[in-house]
Amino acid sequence: MSKHLINLADIDRDAIRELLHLTDRFVEVSQRPIPKVPALRGRTIAMIFFEDSTRTRMSFDLAAKRLSADVIDFPTHTSSLSKGESLQDTVDTIRALGVDALVIRHASDGLPGEVAEAVGETISVINAGDGLNAHPTQGLLDAYTLCQHFHGTAGSEASLSGIHIGIVGDVKHSRVARSDLAAYRSLGAKVTIVAPPELQPTDLDDWPVDITDDLDAVLPSLDVVGLLRIQKERMDETVVSSIDDYIERYGVTETRANKMNDNLVILHPGPVNRGIEIADTVLDKRANVLINQQVTNGVAVRMAVLFRLLGSGIEID
Amino acid sequence: MADRERRMTPPYGGVFVARTTVLDAAQVHRALTRISHEIIERNQGLEDVVLVALQTGGVEIARLLSRLLFEIDGVDVPTGTLDVALYRDDIGLRPVMPEAETDIQIDLGGKIVVLVDDVLFTGRTIRAALDALTDFGRPRAVQLAVVIDRGHRELPIRPDFVGKNLPTRRDEVVDVNPEGVLLGEMRK
Repeated sequence: MSKHLINLADIDRDAIRELLHLTDRFVEVSQRPIPKVPALRGRTIAMIFFEDSTRTRMSFDLAAKRLSADVIDFPTHTSSLSKGESLQDTVDTIRALGVDALVIRHASDGLPGEVAEAVGETISVINAGDGLNAHPTQGLLDAYTLCQHFHGTAGSEASLSGIHIGIVGDVKHSRVARSDLAAYRSLGAKVTIVAPPELQPTDLDDWPVDITDDLDAVLPSLDVVGLLRIQKERMDETVVSSIDDYIERYGVTETRANKMNDNLVILHPGPVNRGIEIADTVLDKRANVLINQQVTNGVAVRMAVLFRLLGSGIEID
Repeated sequence: MADRERRMTPPYGGVFVARTTVLDAAQVHRALTRISHEIIERNQGLEDVVLVALQTGGVEIARLLSRLLFEIDGVDVPTGTLDVALYRDDIGLRPVMPEAETDIQIDLGGKIVVLVDDVLFTGRTIRAALDALTDFGRPRAVQLAVVIDRGHRELPIRPDFVGKNLPTRRDEVVDVNPEGVLLGEMRK
């Protein structure tokens, strides 16, 4: 039982299903003439982003505001942290201010979990991405987007059973891939990891899925291609020996797209490196590229998470 | 009975045990028929009238009312559903979760909204519903139709159309369904 959301791998299928079902409600709220409810009036949520983020941060911000919560930004670059204050002291200070939840992104694996341990049950901690470890709300929104695409809504028993999903790209450096995998497997999807050998995860035991380096071989059997961003900032220049070679083997080029089944769904967590993971023309013209839907659903998923932790009075099992 | 009431009534998670039948199926039907006539009379017809059923107890009642209104006046009244969980004033005080879907497809601006619920008790659900409605437009008027008014109001709210006024103790439970209205209590 927890007041926190740290890693989807640590919560069971029922808890994931409940969050996705709750997301159905907030998708509806988001479509109203006035897409805002008073559910979290008087609650305060602090955004603590040690890594740059535009999308995730804006999405959490909007989710909080649509629930009528107040949001404060903790400026990590100009704060006392840069003056040598310890993280623990900073968290203690923010807690003493009377904040109800911390949304934390950090480059170190496991840091949000450590903060959650430190604050106990007094306030909620939500992981907005830690190192290569987890990005639970991204996993939820990707799973929700697929449930919505294939079934209309998540419903009370969300399932991706019978769906074959390829997670394609830099899996090794991807917290998105880890959280997606946890969500997809929990909902019964078949998952195949597609990555060049040097970008395959090294902790293979933790990845009980098929792994291949040949996208074209597996492509005909896939229902979904979940592209990952090539994260130049997270790797040495030497790792991907040649971007052109990567595009040739793993990019959704126009040629490759033409060979794809029309029903094949494409996801990407953004921001897209146009011309690398996916070609301009494919991105702009092809049907079933659900990238904007992912962004829209991201707000509803985060509303569900915030309401579940702060408003429902029930902890996540 | 509405799951909402089942969960909110101590002992939590108990089983409803009926003691008395307050209305049988024919009496419920008669009461709803009278309410239908009253809705038509009050609004001089059904122009601009919209039914909004409160989740979950009001949904079946609104469906019956809508059918009766059609039989009487030949008008197919637009009907929506509303879950008020996100507007409740006890969020944070006890477990609150949206139970079921909100589905209001039309702009309520200028309409006469008839809120429909099974039981009127403290009035807090209706208070929340009035707040929620304003997010769907500005109705010309909002009226309230309930099968049972059981008293114990905690807010200045009164119904416009009532099937039956039923004096109750606070710890009693009223179960409304199309087969009848039962009065009883929750037991572990």
